Amino acid sequence: MSVELTGAEITIRCLQEEGVQCIFGYPGGAVLFIYDELFKQDKVRHILVRHEQAAIHAADGYARSSNKVGVALVTSGPGVTNAVTGIATAYMDSIPMVIISGQVPTSAIGLDAFQEVDTVGITRPCVKHNFLVKDITELALTIKKAFYIASTGRPGPVLVDIPKDISQQKTKFVYPDKISMRSYNPVTKGHSRQIKKAAELILSAKRPMVYAGGGVILSDAAPQLTELTQMLNFPCTNTLMGLGGYPATDKQSLGMLGMHGTYEANMAMQYCDVLIAVGARFDDRVIGNPKHFFNENRKIIHIDIDPSSISKRVKVDVPIVGDVLDVLKELIKLLKAEKEKPDQTALKEWWKQIELWRERDCLKFDRSSKIIKPQMVIEKLFNVTKGDAFITSDVGQHQMWAAQFYKFDKPRRWINSGGLGTMGFGMPAAMGVQLANPKGKVACITGEASIQMCIQELSTCKQYKLPLKIINLNNRYMGMVRQWQEFFHGNRYAESYMNALPDFVKLAESYGHVGMKIEKPEDVEDALKEAFKLKDQLVFMDFITDQTENVFPMVPGGKGLSEMILV
Amino acid sequence: MENEAGALSRVAGLFSARGYNIESLSVAPTEDPTLSRMTLVTIGSDEVVEQVTKQLNKLIEVVKIIDLNDGSHIERELMLVKVRAAGPDREEIKRLAEIFRGSIIDVTDKSYTIELTGTSSKLDAFLEAIERSAVLETVRTGASGIGRGEWILKV
Repeated sequence: MSVELTGAEITIRCLQEEGVQCIFGYPGGAVLFIYDELFKQDKVRHILVRHEQAAIHAADGYARSSNKVGVALVTSGPGVTNAVTGIATAYMDSIPMVIISGQVPTSAIGLDAFQEVDTVGITRPCVKHNFLVKDITELALTIKKAFYIASTGRPGPVLVDIPKDISQQKTKFVYPDKISMRSYNPVTKGHSRQIKKAAELILSAKRPMVYAGGGVILSDAAPQLTELTQMLNFPCTNTLMGLGGYPATDKQSLGMLGMHGTYEANMAMQYCDVLIAVGARFDDRVIGNPKHFFNENRKIIHIDIDPSSISKRVKVDVPIVGDVLDVLKELIKLLKAEKEKPDQTALKEWWKQIELWRERDCLKFDRSSKIIKPQMVIEKLFNVTKGDAFITSDVGQHQMWAAQFYKFDKPRRWINSGGLGTMGFGMPAAMGVQLANPKGKVACITGEASIQMCIQELSTCKQYKLPLKIINLNNRYMGMVRQWQEFFHGNRYAESYMNALPDFVKLAESYGHVGMKIEKPEDVEDALKEAFKLKDQLVFMDFITDQTENVFPMVPGGKGLSEMILV
Repeated sequence: MENEAGALSRVAGLFSARGYNIESLSVAPTEDPTLSRMTLVTIGSDEVVEQVTKQLNKLIEVVKIIDLNDGSHIERELMLVKVRAAGPDREEIKRLAEIFRGSIIDVTDKSYTIELTGTSSKLDAFLEAIERSAVLETVRTGASGIGRGEWILKV
């Protein structure tokens, strides 16, 4: 005869059963019983943020850098609405997360109670699934389902809304070991006949190209992707979400593709004859205009766990629905057993063409500039950290430069908001990364506009002594907005200038952190070295950069992938 | 789909969020009370219908989905029509209802309420046949569909 536990106790017990070590949250009326139970135990550590958006981003960064499910706890009403941006961010990038929200008591639901909001309704379009728990006896099973759904198939955030009275009521606690749901059975193994077809197509390729996205990172398939690419000597490009899926310093890597991808990657995408798309979704920032991208001489193999990602924007020839890891393993096995090889003469010719594209040196910038070039800061950061740091970013020009100039050789090192493009993501995500990797070097590459969207988290960093290195590329503009206004809106810089900036050095210092202002190119490297020597301190580095620098190459919105603006 | 609160709004929300059209939608619990069956009519190119199907399949509460157009199928819709039925029109309307195999299920001295089942186009045809000004009120359920012969949707 097991004892009865309250809903709040059950909630915490479930987290313990799931092996959750760290959650991010902010208390409030509807979750007080749950916080009370958190207080009484020490298995699950709670990190108190300063705004619920940051709780979700931190849980997100935690998940992305560790492949564990990120967990956040917020209260009803504004707690949830503040969290929505974070939830949508995680949803767009398919990040496994469980969000527990408090709700007003069941008897008050629908009566416009204090801090009541239709949480399930508001979050429905930006979660993989959500639940409102109306019966205490279903609480444990619901949380089990939430973790299961969040972490299987194409991952995503799952929200569990718990009314306050449910957290008070009592029932016996049984945590199910296994779960089966008749309406949710994600595929893992790819169809063997399709994989065979893919292998045949690969062997027939004359101008092959591997195009790998975030699915490779999410399924932990970077070693398999690397093995496949290298055994075939094929060129490989990674999407913004897929950076680190293939070592960027390897000669077969063509870097990132897409709107701000390299010339060689975009040209090779456009003119290849067999395209192997792995855990990527041909989105608008990647292939530009799908009509222009269409090429009848190109055959496409598409491996993805989500059938709805296949043939959504681009029709493919060999669809393979399955976990990227499983499918790649099968594909490698098949190709290894095969005596035939792709046409090596043709492949040599193809590489020759790619080298010509490479010689265009599309990422060049003025290295003798007397003003700090943002690209140079990232390059130096890469050198100083020996390419071994966890890098989070906010959204805008600095994000693109980080993606272009920090060469990610390992997966789960590059943490950014790719799909939703959420400014304010960088610092809270870095907090999560640091907590998941206490010994890791964690840097947040940001801009003076983005950082101010969650600047309050400097306080959280102080409380938990998180030694982040904040690389603020300060150009006094919302750089990417300014760039679009320069290119497409006749240099009319409507509201994109950041006036009245704080003194970031003093601001950092006021929170007990170290602040640095760097204004000369020759000081960049030393400053970075000094910052990383301060192992236990958060260092806010305010780099005063060139105001007019633009991100190149650029595929303008609606244009074709090979219609790049080059520097 | 699972007969659970909120399942319907997930379907409706998906259609509005992705810009798909819902022509009609009819839903009710099945002989297994834990399951609901929904018939949804939408219009779109093959590509759009393929995406709709895939997106619906992703909803956690959707157990199984079939495109009834993949095989031969039957669909029926129920309509209740209240018509003005006084004077010389009264007989005429009754005759028309009989021709369309409808039945009069409520009668007053000035009106008939007619129950009519059929494909959507048959119901349209009936409304065309009676004088527009005689129609006081209509209510339609949207189509329910089922495969012909041995073809069944098994969970």
